Amino acid sequence: MEEILPYLGPALAVLGVLAVVFGAVLALANRFFRVQVDPRQQEIEEALPQTNCGACGYGGCAAYAEAIVQGKADCDLCLPGGPETACSIGEIMGKEIAEFKPKVAVVKCQGSFQTTFARFRYVGERDCRAAAATQYGQTACPYGCLGFGTCVWACPFDAMVMDAETGLPRVLEEKCTACGTCAEVCPKNIIEILPKDRYVHVLCRNQDPGRATRQVCKVGCIACRKCEKVCPVEGSAVHVTGNLAPAGLAAVDMETCISCGKCAQECPVNAIGNFRKLRREAKKQEAAEEAAA
Amino acid sequence: MEVGYVELAIGSILVSNFVLMKFLGLCPLLGVSKRTSDSVGMGLAVIFVMTLASAVTAVLYRHVLLPGTAEHTNILQAIGIPFPTGGGPTGGLVLVLKTISYILVIAALVQFVEMVLKKSVPALYRALGIYLPLITTNCAVMGVALLNTTDWRGSAAGLPVHKAAFNGFCAGVGFLLVMLFMSGIRERLAESRVPRALQGLPIAFICAGLMALAFMGFTKLFGIAV
Repeated sequence: MEEILPYLGPALAVLGVLAVVFGAVLALANRFFRVQVDPRQQEIEEALPQTNCGACGYGGCAAYAEAIVQGKADCDLCLPGGPETACSIGEIMGKEIAEFKPKVAVVKCQGSFQTTFARFRYVGERDCRAAAATQYGQTACPYGCLGFGTCVWACPFDAMVMDAETGLPRVLEEKCTACGTCAEVCPKNIIEILPKDRYVHVLCRNQDPGRATRQVCKVGCIACRKCEKVCPVEGSAVHVTGNLAPAGLAAVDMETCISCGKCAQECPVNAIGNFRKLRREAKKQEAAEEAAA
Repeated sequence: MEVGYVELAIGSILVSNFVLMKFLGLCPLLGVSKRTSDSVGMGLAVIFVMTLASAVTAVLYRHVLLPGTAEHTNILQAIGIPFPTGGGPTGGLVLVLKTISYILVIAALVQFVEMVLKKSVPALYRALGIYLPLITTNCAVMGVALLNTTDWRGSAAGLPVHKAAFNGFCAGVGFLLVMLFMSGIRERLAESRVPRALQGLPIAFICAGLMALAFMGFTKLFGIAV
């Protein structure tokens, strides 16, 4: 005790003075450097999933929250968050949210091991972007999937797998949040984010004339226009477009398509895919799981 | 013998680099080195904090904690507050207050830097994220402050204030240098095929270790051993 006492007074005085000085400096700094933040921004940030995937078009969840508060962005742009997030953001901002349309990633290529072939053996980096820089990639079809699974690696939600049988990536639709990361990394732009309630998609990106397409892939779109003719929608929901008359690529108009699937049946090369069965089953399974729970 | 500026600079940046030779500040080295732009921002923030912290702690050490000598006065003694002279090898309040007052100084400085960054460079503020407040607990900052105020070539008072600030600046530059190297390496690592078991942090640690080995080549460079 005798030893400690002489230190106690000066030590307390020094610490006290230091604390007061620093406190004053920080208080002054706070006055000059304060940033006014809308309290709603914090709330919105908490409501967002914090995956920073960038599907909304902003650099991460914090930037998106800022854009909403400043009135630059809509409340329903967060795709991974889904309808719940859109609703809670709408509540915070005091806005009504119109119907939220779920979307999903669709791989628009069917060029599997069985249907197409490689022009040469690629021995470089096992990455589609690197492969695409090497003579447009090793696949015979210059528009086709390179099959190195860059999209699978990039997916922040583990919603994609490489199918060992076909060599193509497959989207696990129950996990996919339509963030668009895969579509961004794909050097061939094969993956598209499309509304989940549309079942029929043309699964080919080949723009070459039918003959050239036929030579490289068994399931490539040859632009025969059969799909246009069978479409029951007035003016047809499927359109074959291209620079030259015989060249072209069919695309399904998402606004008018009624997802009847007639074009998929009629297509002579099976280039049109119908996801109706797959999604019905997924829905049924989900309902069954819910009932079980 | 007095320590010269060139000697201090070469000593703190290369010979006894804080990250690779003293192994201080490894947390931000691995945490913020994924992108070069972020790591440069972190390095600059650390330089700023280290320089200021070194200067302030050196003033605090010489003029408040150490008992006054012919070279430097003690403020407490000068204004007549009873000042203990015994205790520890250096005497004064050093043993009691050194660590805790340095922590106070560094914490306040980091708070200040955080406010400035939030106002003037919000993008960098967001990129640094949790690592900015973590500079408070960055042992390299505390390390340089403590090393500046220990025995330097027989002078118990440590480095004089201007040299302490310079040493802090150089330690920060050394930190920035290593951050730059590390982020360059990690940007390339992200694109290369790493065995599954080593992906992510393990390979980063291996790289850091190899770099530390390389830096050992600077030992006794120009005969400097700081």
